[in-house]
Order: sequence, then C-alpha cells, then structure tokens
Amino acid sequence: MGLLSKKDRALILDPLTDNNPITIQVLGICSALAITAQLKASIVMALSVIFVMGVGNIVISLLRNMIPSKIRIIVQLVVVATLVIVVDQVLKAYAYELSKQLSVFIGLIITNCIIMGRFEAFALGNGVWRSFLDGIGNALGYGVILIIVGFFRELLGSGTLLGIQVLGDPITKTGLYSIGYENNGFMLLSPMALIVVGIIIWIQRTRSPHLVEEN
Amino acid sequence: MEHLELFFKSVFIDNMVFATFLGMCSYLAVSKKVTTAVGLGAAVIFVLGITVPLNWLLDQYILRDGALEWLGPEYAAYDLSFLSFIMFIATIATMVQLVEIVVEKFLPALYNSLGIFLPLIAVNCAILGGSLFMQSRQIASIDLALNYGLSSGFGFFLAILTIAAIREKIRYSNVPPALRGLGITFIITGLMAIGFMSFGGMLTGGDEGGSGDSAQVIRIEKPSDTNVNDDNLADYESEEDVQENENQENTLEETN
Repeated sequence: MGLLSKKDRALILDPLTDNNPITIQVLGICSALAITAQLKASIVMALSVIFVMGVGNIVISLLRNMIPSKIRIIVQLVVVATLVIVVDQVLKAYAYELSKQLSVFIGLIITNCIIMGRFEAFALGNGVWRSFLDGIGNALGYGVILIIVGFFRELLGSGTLLGIQVLGDPITKTGLYSIGYENNGFMLLSPMALIVVGIIIWIQRTRSPHLVEEN
Repeated sequence: MEHLELFFKSVFIDNMVFATFLGMCSYLAVSKKVTTAVGLGAAVIFVLGITVPLNWLLDQYILRDGALEWLGPEYAAYDLSFLSFIMFIATIATMVQLVEIVVEKFLPALYNSLGIFLPLIAVNCAILGGSLFMQSRQIASIDLALNYGLSSGFGFFLAILTIAAIREKIRYSNVPPALRGLGITFIITGLMAIGFMSFGGMLTGGDEGGSGDSAQVIRIEKPSDTNVNDDNLADYESEEDVQENENQENTLEETN
C-alpha cells in the first residue's frame, strides 16, 4: 500500500471525480468562474486554494478540541483570512501583474464555500493527516475544473495557452488562421464560464449516470 | 444623478451574479423555490446595506494608505490595507450575528422569514465581495457606499428571483437526464448573463451602439486581446435568450 492506505487514497481521489466540489457538491463556484478567462490565472487560483485548504485543514484539525462550537465560524474565518492574506501578499510581491488581474477574487477565497464546507464537514471531526488529505483532495478537485475551464476558454477565446500562441499568429495569418479560423471572443466573456461548466457537468453525468439528479 | 447612475450600474451592468459570479453558491443552492429565494434575496439586501457602509468607514479611517492621519501627522505613513480581508470579514461576521439577535428580539415575524438565512450569509461571497469591490472601485462617499450596498443587493435579489421562477417552471420540461438539476441551471444562468450583458451600453448613452462597425473592425485587428469588451455581441445573443424562454414555455404547455 505504501504511503497511503486505501481509505486515505479515497480521500484524495473521490473529490476529483464522483464527489467533485464544483460539479457535485456545488461549492466554491463564487470565486472560481470569473478568473478562468486565462489558463495562467486559473492555475494560480488553483494553487492558492490548494495551499489555503491544506494548511487551513491542518490548523482547524489541530484546534478542533479547543474551539467552542458556538464561535467556530468566527474561528474558521480568522484562520482562512490569515492564510489568504499570506497568499495575497506573496502574489503581490512576486507576481504583481497577476495579482492585479485576480483583483478581489483572491480575497474571495475567504468566503469560498469549499473551504468552510470542508472545515465544518471534515476537519472538525477528524485527525490531522486525514484532514490534510481531505483538504488537498477537495482543492485538487476544484483546481481540475478551474484548469479545464481555463484551458478551453483561453484556447478558443484568444488562441493562446499560458500566453503562447499555439494556433498560429492571427495578425500575420499563420497556422490555423491561414485557413480562415477565427478566435471566438465570446469565450472570454463571463457568461461562457457558466456554460462551459454546465457542459462539463453534462459530460460527467452522462458518463456516470448514478450522479443524475431529479429535475 | 450620480446615485441613479450607480444604482443602474450595480443592478444591471455589474450585476453581482451575472457579471462577477459573486454569491453563486447560495444562488444555486437556495433557488429551488421562489419563496425561499425571496427570503435569501431580502436578507442579502439587508446585510449588504449594513456592512458596505460600515466597511467603507473602516476603509476610509483605518485601513487605506494614510487613513490614520486623523490620529496625528506621525501616523500618516501607515498603510494597513493588507489587513482589509480580515477586518472586513470580522465586521461582516459580527454584524450578521448582531443583526440576527436584534431581529430575533424585536421583529419576530421578519426573523421567521429571514432567520435561517442570516447565518448562511456570513460566508456568502456576495457580502464580502460587495465590500471588496467597494474598496477597489473607490466609492467616494458614505451615501454612495450605502447606495452601492443596497443596489448590488437588489441585483442579487433580482437574479435569484428570476432563476427560482425559471427553475419552478422547468420542472415540467423534458430536460436531458444528465443536465437535470445543476447542469441546466448553469446553462440558464449563462444565458441570463448574456441577456444582462445587453444592458452594457446603457450608461454610455448609445455612443458605442452607433460605432458598432468600427468596434468589430477593432476586434478583428486584435483578436488576441484578452479584454475584449464588445457589448455589441450581447445584443445579438439576448434574442436567443428570449427564444429560449419561449421554447421553455412552449414545452410547458405541451406537457400540460
């Protein structure tokens, strides 16, 4: 079995597919969609959430026997807010352009429902190692969706990936553009993020019919 | 005039749900029935109307660069804006608790309709987002901040009310099984967002509408520009939205 037992592995892998935070649990959509117009921003957002969730779940799990249940929401908010400030300051120091582009959405990680949801549902009742794995797993599940959406929106919307022109140069008409291909600028606008996620949900539920909901 | 402009801008053009995706979680989770949606929407208006002006005061007199000058000239160099996340969320969480207690004590009828939503709201992205956007858009005065809070709350109310009404109706339509529930809600929200984009030209007084052709030329010249802001596109798409609604109604009648 190695490092991870079967149960632990399920903690990481389940959120990637059948228990995905975005497409199944419907958590954390708030800060996710607005920044997926570019792949780079999506990746940075995913990494930030992985960091905040991993560390936050460890902290909450360590404190779980000390937090009075009446004020637990405030305690959780303080922990998340502190971690998010760290992320925000690091981004401002080392990737200023990107942090301008993500603007308030880094701050909105605080109220990202995935984080509070996992604190409430898991970290408050489980040991440190398992909580850490659960945090990483859920953040990965979130990140995967972000990166898929970001990939398609940047590729179809501006013909680039991570800022590199992969489909040829639209101005000098090389590559795909030489046979009349056009970028779909509409993909960069916010409504398309919703529709792309809707399509992902559609595909996922067609592949695993047991996830289908009642109307 | 300034107030009216801000109102229309926050309700229609920068609608919290459709333009910036704030409050999506509760928007999706609590929009199954119109009555609960109205309750949550009203609670959001209420809480935003309280927290945005409060956080404006915090930002103005404590957090932003040089804000502490009123304490004395030697404090003018402090910039505490890195603390804004934690200060804003603390204000919001305490205000929500306070409001809950006060409403429960003095307005039991209101508490019965809003009560269960108030704790939910402390962690609603729309509330923190309202304060953060208030900060980053540099709202100039406290009455504008109050206006911004109330009108963006109203934008959320409008959004959740419409989606709840559509979801109540769509229950009678024959949606593909895999899209039922969440999937179709996402796609409808996307279509509604496209519809709302058509409000984009409202404040420019139609100037952009007149230069539709030139805007398209610009788009073709610089397709790699990531900030394509053509509102013209929205006009074509909103028709589709209307058609979609009509189709829904037709299928409804057929099933009846």
